[in-house]
Amino acid sequence: MSEPAQGPARKLPLIEPETAWFWQSGADGRLRIQRCEACGHWQHPPLTTCLKCHGRTLSPQAVSGRGAVKTFTVNAQTWVAGMTEPFVFAAIELDEQAELYVFSNVLAPPDEVRAGLRVAVSFEAHEDVWIPLFRPVAGEADHG
Amino acid sequence: MAELLSPELPEKLCRITGIGQSEVGRPSTKTPLQLTLDAALQAIADAGLTLADIDGVSNYPPKSSEGGGISPVSVGEAMWALGIDAKWVGSSTHEGPGHMGAIFAAVMAVATGLCRHVLVFRSVAQAQARLQSRESTLLAGSRSRVEGNNAWTVPFHAISPANMWALYAQAYFDKYGAGPEQLGWVAVSGRRHAALNPNAIYRQPITIEDYLASRVISTPLRLYDCDTHIDGATALVISHRDCAHDQPNPPIHIEAMGMALGGLGQGIHLGDFTRIPGADRAGEMLWSRTGLKPADVDNAQIYDGFSILTLLWLEAMQLTGRGEATAFVEGGTRIALDGQLPMNTGGGQLSAGRFHGYGHTHEACLQLWGRGGERQVAGARLSAVCNGGYGYGALLLRRD
Repeated sequence: MSEPAQGPARKLPLIEPETAWFWQSGADGRLRIQRCEACGHWQHPPLTTCLKCHGRTLSPQAVSGRGAVKTFTVNAQTWVAGMTEPFVFAAIELDEQAELYVFSNVLAPPDEVRAGLRVAVSFEAHEDVWIPLFRPVAGEADHG
Repeated sequence: MAELLSPELPEKLCRITGIGQSEVGRPSTKTPLQLTLDAALQAIADAGLTLADIDGVSNYPPKSSEGGGISPVSVGEAMWALGIDAKWVGSSTHEGPGHMGAIFAAVMAVATGLCRHVLVFRSVAQAQARLQSRESTLLAGSRSRVEGNNAWTVPFHAISPANMWALYAQAYFDKYGAGPEQLGWVAVSGRRHAALNPNAIYRQPITIEDYLASRVISTPLRLYDCDTHIDGATALVISHRDCAHDQPNPPIHIEAMGMALGGLGQGIHLGDFTRIPGADRAGEMLWSRTGLKPADVDNAQIYDGFSILTLLWLEAMQLTGRGEATAFVEGGTRIALDGQLPMNTGGGQLSAGRFHGYGHTHEACLQLWGRGGERQVAGARLSAVCNGGYGYGALLLRRD
């Protein structure tokens, strides 16, 4: 499931107690998202309480890893050395819940990306983290 | 009207009595403290006051040694350099109602009776900082990993806020069938007005064709859709209405204020990226505190850190209907100085520089005091000012 790195080196997230599970979830190829054990609400980024019911029992649960591009942008500016190729930055809406978004890159030619494109997670391993990225899923009908 | 715990809203007790702005450079040859002193002394004199009259100082944000010149002067430094004997100083955080936090804090200090006259200032030295390092401030410094809420974007190469607001722009375009041919008018119109503002950075007019031909930064945002870093300081004096009778300028009423935090600072993006819930709430709060209506506004100073924010804020402030901001700005006539709603009459941040909203407040006061010179809006009496991308603030300023 791991892919070679593209473009400049990724600036990696610090492993912090509240979010370590998210960044290391990809070790077994599964994307995990925080879920409230009381009401079932999914939320990302992870928080200490449930946004919906204020419950305090939350835990990471595996999701399908599938979703659709909600909105995207193709970056063209060289913000750092080595950022010479356009890349897609997107909000991916996961299938598990409306408005459950993960920000990520879509690994596809930029001109093939559009809102509604069906995607699935694909992890890229760096040191002690697994960065969740998304690839188009062939053969699935787009949303909207 | 909103239900109130006490009969009088705090902002109704306040007046803006003076404004000041330093020279604006890219970069400036003056130090940030010198620029701050220039703006502050100008504002205090403009208010017809002396240093001895000022008993509170407020700024946004707290001094930061990182962040590339985003806050080079602390409120304490300014106080001591000026020789002000303040009862209260406040420094508004990056959170809360964002940029306007310093103004709202001053309102509270004045309305409670703690202070008579509060000096509010915003100083930036982002141009000087860029001379030292062109790298994004998120990557500067010795930390090798990114922490906190930046972890949700920076590992995906989304180094700049431009990448995030580009997502909103694309979603807005998709939903409302809009495009750069409309969005570009925010920059084109602002530039027209900046040509008449001696303190603006970019004063050369551009056409919509120039805009469309300009470099794409992150689709659909172009170079002209992004505000410019500057060195400069802006200041204003907020006075209690009972102390604002004999000032040179007719006191400007803070007719209403609106504020909200929202979730974007914690990476919580609710909705469909075609509106900003926090900005919407700030607008609703503002209109709930006055009997005046959006149609009464005769000049609008709308945040333009990125041009898409201008569209979202126009709608949040109910100055246009939902999804109608692009049609409103298209062609530039409705938002021109002689248009239905003159907007960003000094050029906004796109052309006059990133003051994080304080330039907009300064420009609103200039207009209301009839000091707009060549860019004066005829009969300006009621100004809507709003700013913020991650914390939200809005003011309705009224001249008698």
